[in-house]
Amino acid sequence: MDEIISEFLVESYEGLDQIDQNLIVLEESPDDVGILKEIFRTLHTIKGTCGFLGFSKLERLAHAAENLLSLLRDGELSMSAEIADALLAAVGDIRGILATIEASEEEGDPDIEAIVVRLDALASPDAAKAAEATPTEDAPAGAEPTADGDAGAAAPDAEAPAEAATADGGADEQLAETASADPSAGDAETGAAGEIDGTIGATDADEADDRDDDADARLGDLLVEAGAAGRTDVEIAAAEQSLGDQREIGKILVDDGRAEAKEVEEAAATQQKRSVADSSIRVDVALLDRLMNLVGELVLSRNQIIQLASDGDNGGLGPPSQRLNLITSELQEGVMKTRMQPINNVWAKLPRVVRDLSRQLGKNVHVEMIGKETELDRTIIEAIKDPLTHIVRNTVDHGIESPEERAAAGKPEEGLLLLRASHEGGQVNIEISDDGKGMDADRLANLAVEKGVVTPEQVARMSEQEMVNLIFKPGFSTAKQVSNVSGRGVGMDVVKTNVERIGGTVDLKTERGVGTTFKIKIPLTLAIIPALVVSCDNNRYAIPQVNLLELVRLEADDEKNRIEDLHGAPVYRLRGRLLPIVDLRDQLGSERVERESTNIVVLRADDHTFGLIVDSIEDTEEIVVKPLGRQVKDLNLFAGATIMGDGRIALILDLMGLASEARLLEAGTTEGKTVFDGVTDSHSTVLDDRTLLLLGLGEQDRVAIPLARVERLEEFPSTALERSDRRTVVQYRGKIMPLIDLAPTIGYTNSAFYDNDRISVVVCNFGSLTVGLAVDAILDIVSHAEVLENVSDDFETVVINEQVTDVIDATSVVSSVLPIPIPQDEPPLAATSFDDLDSAVPAPTGA
Amino acid sequence: MTKGNQMLDVSTTLNQLCTFRLGPLYLGINVTEVREVLLQADVTTVPHADDVIEGLINLRGQIATCIDLRRRLGIEPREPDMVPIHVVTMTDGEPVTLLVDAVGDVVDVDPDTYETPPTTMDPNTRELILGAYKLDTELLLVLDLDKITSVGPGGGHKGEPS
Repeated sequence: MDEIISEFLVESYEGLDQIDQNLIVLEESPDDVGILKEIFRTLHTIKGTCGFLGFSKLERLAHAAENLLSLLRDGELSMSAEIADALLAAVGDIRGILATIEASEEEGDPDIEAIVVRLDALASPDAAKAAEATPTEDAPAGAEPTADGDAGAAAPDAEAPAEAATADGGADEQLAETASADPSAGDAETGAAGEIDGTIGATDADEADDRDDDADARLGDLLVEAGAAGRTDVEIAAAEQSLGDQREIGKILVDDGRAEAKEVEEAAATQQKRSVADSSIRVDVALLDRLMNLVGELVLSRNQIIQLASDGDNGGLGPPSQRLNLITSELQEGVMKTRMQPINNVWAKLPRVVRDLSRQLGKNVHVEMIGKETELDRTIIEAIKDPLTHIVRNTVDHGIESPEERAAAGKPEEGLLLLRASHEGGQVNIEISDDGKGMDADRLANLAVEKGVVTPEQVARMSEQEMVNLIFKPGFSTAKQVSNVSGRGVGMDVVKTNVERIGGTVDLKTERGVGTTFKIKIPLTLAIIPALVVSCDNNRYAIPQVNLLELVRLEADDEKNRIEDLHGAPVYRLRGRLLPIVDLRDQLGSERVERESTNIVVLRADDHTFGLIVDSIEDTEEIVVKPLGRQVKDLNLFAGATIMGDGRIALILDLMGLASEARLLEAGTTEGKTVFDGVTDSHSTVLDDRTLLLLGLGEQDRVAIPLARVERLEEFPSTALERSDRRTVVQYRGKIMPLIDLAPTIGYTNSAFYDNDRISVVVCNFGSLTVGLAVDAILDIVSHAEVLENVSDDFETVVINEQVTDVIDATSVVSSVLPIPIPQDEPPLAATSFDDLDSAVPAPTGA
Repeated sequence: MTKGNQMLDVSTTLNQLCTFRLGPLYLGINVTEVREVLLQADVTTVPHADDVIEGLINLRGQIATCIDLRRRLGIEPREPDMVPIHVVTMTDGEPVTLLVDAVGDVVDVDPDTYETPPTTMDPNTRELILGAYKLDTELLLVLDLDKITSVGPGGGHKGEPS
C-alpha cells in the first residue's frame, strides 16, 4: 500500500479513537472548550489529508462534522446528546470509509448523504453562516480563499502556510484547509504538486516551531489559539522578554492584565501534553520482533560466555562477562518493554461502546476504570480486545438493569461498570464487574436445557456455580434474543476459548441482585512464558505452566500407588479421583520403556484433567516462544518451539492438541462414562470403611452406601437400557449387567429409570456377579469425619450434613432381588438365571 | 508494511545457481534463495512430522525446519556415516534448510542450455524440478524451492505469513 495512505490510515484511526473518547467526555462536561478544540483539530487533520489524497466523500463527511464542531467550539451551539450521537455516527462512518480504503485503497461509494444531512441540519443555517465567518476572524485573511476549497487547484501561496504555521495556532487549520483543496479540479498534477510543497513547507515550519527552544513563544501561540490573548499582546510580551524581561511570557501577560491566569495555566498544560507527543516515535512491530529475537540470541551467547568465564582459568574474562551479563539483562528488559502497551489501548474504546449500547437500551451506565496503565504485551492486547468488548456488551445488555428497575431495587439509577486491571505474579488480572442484577442460575440452567446444551439430568447434578458457568458452553448464547446487542452471534464460549488460547482463564462470580464480576487472568506476554521442561525419548519438551497442576512420582515397587488398567485405559487414583493417564512416549510415537519410577505431570487442558507420563522432569524455566515453520506448524501436538540455554530446541507441547490426540476429550462411549472409580480390587484398604457414597433418590431422599462396596460409578444414557429375561440390563464391558432401580427396591416411590436421560449407576461386585444400582444422582463422597454416628450399631443411620441418612447394605439390597453367588467361581454371568426377578425392576423408558 | 529487500531483480541473477550434490544428482537453486551453508547443526526431531522433515535447528534464534532432500526427492537414504550439509534457504520469510551430501560452487549458467524436465521423469520428482541446464560434463537440475518446501499436512503451502 502507498506509504502515504497507510500513514494516513494509522493516524486517522488513532485520531478517531481519540475523538470517540473525547466526545464521551464532552457529553459529561459540555463546556470543556479544550476538548472541543482537540476534536476539531483531529477531524480537521483527517479532512485535510483526505482532501489531499483525493478521498472526496470522506472529506465531505469530515467537513460536515467539522462544521458542526466549529459551531460548538464558538459557542453558537451547545453540546447535546443528539449532537453527540450524530458526531459519533459520523466518526463511525468515517471509520467505515477508512476500512474500505485500507482494503482497496479506494474510498468506494459509501452512502454519506444521510449523515451529512443530519449533521447539516444540526448546524442550523443561521449558525452555519456564523461558522463560515469564523475562520476569517481566527486566521490571517490570506488563508481564506484556499480554505473554502474551490480555488484549491491553484498552488497555494508558498509563504502563506509556513508563515501561518509560525504565526499562530490557526496554522493547523489553515494547513489542512490548504491540503483539502480538491486536486481533481483544474490541473490536478500541478495542484497536487503545489500542495505537497505547501504541506511540507508548513510541516517543516510547524516542526521547527515545535522544537523551538524558546518555549514561551509556543505558549504564546497556544494562548492565541485558545483565544486567551491577542496576537499583538503576545508579540508585545515577547518583545518585552527580548528586551531583558526575565519573566515568563505567560506571567508578563497576566501581570499586564492581558490574559487570565487560569487560561495561561491551561495553555501551559497543553504545551506539556504536546511535548510528550513529540517525544515518541512509531516503530514497526516487525522490527521490534526482530530485536526481541536477537536479544534472545544474545542471552544465549551470554550464558555460554558466563559458563566459559566460570570454568577456572579464564584469562580475565570474569569482569567483562559480568558486565555483559548486566547489560544483556537490561537490554532484554528494555526490548521487552517496547512491546508492552497499557491496557488502556483497548479500554479506551469501551466507554463509547457502553455509551452507544446503553443509550440504545435506555439504560444509564457509568464506566469506571482502575489500572488503565497496566501494561501487556501487544499481542495479548490484540487477543483480549474482542473478548473484553464482548463481556462489556453483555454486561450492559444483560447485567445492568434499566433505571426504573434500579430505582425499584433501591440502587442509584446509574449503573456502574467497573474495569480493573492489575499485575500479579507475571500475570495480569482484568476484572469487569457491574452492580447489576446478577445472574439467575436457575434461569440460565433452564435456558441451557432449552437449547440442548445440557440435559435436565445434568443440570440436576450441578452446583449453582456450575449452572452459571453454563454461559461459557458452546451453543449457549443469549445473544439471539437481543439481536445485534450482545455481539454478532458470538457467545461467551468464544470469549472463553479466545482467552484460553492465549493461556488465560475466565472466572465468573455473580450474586443475584448485587452484580456480576468476570475475572480474566492472562499472562503478561505470549512471547515469554513460564514452562516446565520435561524430557522424553532424549528430547526435551516444554509444558506451559498454566496447564500444570501438580507432579506425581510413583516408585515401581510401590504396590498401592500405581497405575491401574481400566479396561485398556491406564488410570491413576489421585486422592480418590480417577486420573486418566497418557504416556508421552505413546503420543510421540516412541517405543515404550520400563521405568524404574514413573513421573506423572498432572495437567489440565480445557476442563479435562489428565496425567502425562514423561521420562524425566527437568526444570521450570521462562521460555521464549517461537513459531514453527509452516511445514510442521499444523501438528496437533506442538504449539511452538523454544531455544533452551544450551542452544538446542525444545518443542512446546500443545496440551489441547495432546488431549484430543489421546482421545481424552471424547465424551462417554457406549459403555457409559466412568465418573468415578472407587475400589478396583476388593482387598485394597485405601478407602476407609466409614467413607460413604451419598446417593440421591428423587428430589429429596438420599441414602448412603459404604464406598468400599462400590466398584465404579458409571453413567448410561437411558437408551442403553435393555430388557432381557424380564429384567433391566445394560451392556457393560462386554457383559450383561443387571440394573436394580434402587429407590423402589428399598421402599421409595420414585424410579431412576423414568426420570432421567442419563442414569447414574453404582456398580458393585458380588463375587462373579456385577450389579448396577440405578440412582437419580450421585451426590458426594463423605469422609469419616463428616459422619456423625448416632442410633444403634446394627441399624445404620447416620447424620450427614445435618441430615439423617440411611446407610444401605448393598448385599442385602441386591440379594432381595437377585441370587448372589457366594462361591467365587460361579457360572458365567449370562448363564445365571434371574427368574425370581420381579416388578421391582420396571421397564426402562427409553428401551 | 514494506516487503523488505528480498525482491532483488530476479532476471539478472537467475543465471547464477548455488549447486550441490545428492547421490547421483547435481542440483542447483537460485543463488538469491540461499542464505548460508551450515556444515553441522544440532537437529531436534519432530515426532509425527512428515517423513521428509529431518527436524528443527536453531538458526541464531530462529527456528529453521530441515528437509532431507534425499527423502524429498525419493533417493535412497544416505550412508549412516555421512554427515549431511544444511543449505539454508528463505521461503516466505521462514528459514528452511535442505540437507544435501556436498555443496558445490556457484555456477553461471547459459539460459540457452536450459530445458524443462523430460516427461518421462518420475512425476513426483518432476514436479519438484523446474528444469535442467545442459552443462558440458553433466546435467544441472534446478529445484523448485517453493514446491520442495511445501510439505506437511495438506500440502503445507499456505501463502505468506501475515
